Amino acid sequence: MAQLKRSLAEYVHAYGPHVSDTPVNGWAHKPAIDRLVKTHCCFCGMQCGIQLQVANNQVVGFEPWEDFPFNQGRLCPKGVKRYLQSHHPDRLTAPLIRTDAGFREASWDEALDLVVTRVREIQAARGKDAFAMMSGVSLSNEKSYLVGKFARLALNTANLDYNGRFCMVSAGAGNKKAFGIDRAANAWADLPEAELIFIAGSNVSECFPTLMHYIWQARDRGARIIVVDPRVTPIGRTADLHLAVRPGTDSALNQALLHELIAHGWVDEAFVRERCTGWPELAASVATCTPAWAAEITGVPADQIRRAARMWGEARTSFLLHARGVEQHTKGVDNVLSLINLVLATGRIGRKGCGYATITGQGNGQGGREHGHKCDQLPGNRDIENPAHRAHICRVWGIADDELPHKGKTAVELFEAMHGGEIAGLINICCNPMVSHPDTNFARAALERLPFLCVIDFFMSETARYADVVLPGSLQEEEEGTTTTAEGRVVRIRAAVSPPGGAKRDTDILLELARRLGRGDKFAYADNEAIFNELRRASAGGTADYAGITWQRVEREMGVFWPCPREDHPGTPRLFEDLRSYHADGAFHLHATPYRPSAEVPDAEYPIYLTSGRSVFHYLSGTQTRRIKFLVDKSPGPQCEIHPALAARLGLVDRQLATVETRRGTLTVPVAIVESIRPDTVFVPYHWPEALAANQLTVHALDPVSKMPEFKVAACRIRAATPDGAARARALFAELRLEPAASGGAA
Amino acid sequence: MSGPFLQFTVDPQRCIGCRACEAACAECDTHRGTPMIHVDFVEPGVSPQTSPTVCMHCENPTCASVCPADAIKVDEHGIVHASLKPRCIACNNCELACPFGVPKISIALAQMQKCDMCFDRTSVGKRPMCATVCPTGALFYGTSEELHARRPHGTPINLWRFGAQEIRTRVRVMVPAGVDVLALDVAEIVDGETGGEPTAAPAPTTQPREFL
Repeated sequence: MAQLKRSLAEYVHAYGPHVSDTPVNGWAHKPAIDRLVKTHCCFCGMQCGIQLQVANNQVVGFEPWEDFPFNQGRLCPKGVKRYLQSHHPDRLTAPLIRTDAGFREASWDEALDLVVTRVREIQAARGKDAFAMMSGVSLSNEKSYLVGKFARLALNTANLDYNGRFCMVSAGAGNKKAFGIDRAANAWADLPEAELIFIAGSNVSECFPTLMHYIWQARDRGARIIVVDPRVTPIGRTADLHLAVRPGTDSALNQALLHELIAHGWVDEAFVRERCTGWPELAASVATCTPAWAAEITGVPADQIRRAARMWGEARTSFLLHARGVEQHTKGVDNVLSLINLVLATGRIGRKGCGYATITGQGNGQGGREHGHKCDQLPGNRDIENPAHRAHICRVWGIADDELPHKGKTAVELFEAMHGGEIAGLINICCNPMVSHPDTNFARAALERLPFLCVIDFFMSETARYADVVLPGSLQEEEEGTTTTAEGRVVRIRAAVSPPGGAKRDTDILLELARRLGRGDKFAYADNEAIFNELRRASAGGTADYAGITWQRVEREMGVFWPCPREDHPGTPRLFEDLRSYHADGAFHLHATPYRPSAEVPDAEYPIYLTSGRSVFHYLSGTQTRRIKFLVDKSPGPQCEIHPALAARLGLVDRQLATVETRRGTLTVPVAIVESIRPDTVFVPYHWPEALAANQLTVHALDPVSKMPEFKVAACRIRAATPDGAARARALFAELRLEPAASGGAA
Repeated sequence: MSGPFLQFTVDPQRCIGCRACEAACAECDTHRGTPMIHVDFVEPGVSPQTSPTVCMHCENPTCASVCPADAIKVDEHGIVHASLKPRCIACNNCELACPFGVPKISIALAQMQKCDMCFDRTSVGKRPMCATVCPTGALFYGTSEELHARRPHGTPINLWRFGAQEIRTRVRVMVPAGVDVLALDVAEIVDGETGGEPTAAPAPTTQPREFL
């Protein structure tokens, strides 16, 4: 049982997060630069090009990479400061084994042998699937592919899933249902060609700052913007039309928009008749979804809905973008499909200036979700239950079908199974569920009940504190590889430096574990490029086909867009140019999305909507960005955005500490009174752990198709913090700005 | 404009408050750790609107006019430089007098520091760091022709009127077409036009505020 052995403060003091803003040699003049390494930022799906300055095997700074076509040198503050990680004082540099007093340092042999012993014991006693693996898509394509193969062949478990389940998986599921392929339909270069940009549930300005350039390019050419968001975000502020939708009601809004398109004859009749299936059923399903009906549900005035429908209906070209705001719901897939329906109803897809995309959030959110570390997936975005797909992968891996596990549990289901005792062991890489899992108190209970946990990470994440074995891994800039950006462009990640001290490359850790688990024969790679070349073969013929993409091409061409089936194939920046989907029938599939309420909506007891999201200064669970002083100074901790009218009703003043409470937990944070949010809704960013985790409050409920949790809607109540609660919160906030310890030490 | 120096234009409407400019500016070898650009909320609590401030590089810089030590120089490209270390007496006059709030006295260095438009970069044909990394184009560095071609709907202006003082700046600010001067009567902000109760402008914030 993995109860914490020390107080949280003791873990923080020993392993961080400490904040550091200190370059390698302090703020004196930089050392002479040995080389500039052209690579990409690790901090979101844009994967901006950046050059890292390297001196003496240390990253000492950055220089904009103005030749890289996507961002031409542009960066957000996370990208500017990411160079501070490689030598950060919190880096784990030796394997750690849990003791009664916390952790002790151990040799790699001892740590790896312990992991292998426990895997064997648990699987012998409880069956293969009792040992699970959780992964994440900040990993490169090579590592993502390797994790999928490692879990299936070396652990031989069905139970592997990934943190995209906490991110955008509803978009992937919706895209597969409608298009038969899970990728942005267009490169970002189509954005400036559009005369209308419709942005649903994406704070592009804070979550994807460098994409803003493309939206402004479009506006400079006269494009108009519609933003759907409960908050006036920086991009919402400049929108031509901002629809401040009530959380959880997007599909109703989109149904009404479709109703209006039909009512006014703004439908591409030929396209829906000849290129789509399901149009009559879809049209019938929105017959009664009038703007007045939707206004009641969404809180958006009917005339604004009519205006949005007119703008969309009369546009000749358009680009529809969405992100987590519509996806992280118990009806995330329906929300996504209801938006795709608008695109398909007007036939504006597959040509210049006519685009559609989900804006993937994680560093390799696109590539990482294609090559087999999802519970139901094999490389090339193949289906693990499809016999032909299995046969192809078995050939590439040189195994018989009965050696390849079948579909396993999704992420939240894995935690439920740990909680229930069905799963007894877990290897966790690149994921910090103590911040990112919904209802984190449940996640903690699951980890506490888990008999064995191994965490591979470069910092002591809040999840790693619960580990029996912590293996110190590598940052993105410490391994060669590739990622795939949110627009489907495969780009080259360069090893700028080697991991510090006794830390090892993630790839080497997985390969060595595989060898010790007796499957070394299946994991013999000369280098990471050999892994990529196997990925190419494994993906060949799948929808996410990388067969024609080589590292050399990626470097030479500044990225290659998949699908790219042959080396003489140019890649595919824009999908559907032949107006055919990737379904067997070649048609685009329309789906009715009847509105249904969120799992939990406000009531008399919990009368306020709570929604959550990101800050521009932090990345995901904050394991990296909560350690960089510039970012921590700008955003030290969570705050609760609340409208002045609601604050007045609750008797709260700006910056007062208030306690937000849901049926799962409580969170005490300062109030930020802003006019830029709906008066029935409050917003808390989610990047912090433990007592400051917004996810203590979120609902433990899943989309039935994508199994995505509902991070975006919960019912809460708010009151002024008690004196004790306020004192505890002040202590927690004081800790967030902790400067580096003079010397480290085991807790 | 002589030399390699191009036009620097601020387009506050595009600012998203990400502070990449501040982060990147602080990486410069000449003032490592200290940004020479700052980003303010325009109306905290009311709007997410933010706006970046760089040195405007005035044609007739107030900071230099009020400098008793003659330590602030304008070069032949119109770049107003930070104070000359041997001359600067850190008297604070420039900090108090600049209508844009740009120069800052470093107590540690006993010297005024401010944006010199990345002289080390711009003098060799590179763009200033802030305008290179700015993700939205709120900070633009290029030719006038390029700016006009890319952004036909705005007008860059460089004429300011602060009460009776008229200032022309090297750095320009994008405004809607038809505006040719930005005039600000401080008295209107402080006293109100009708002479009513003084109403202070909301304090701009560059850091998260402490909480109660």
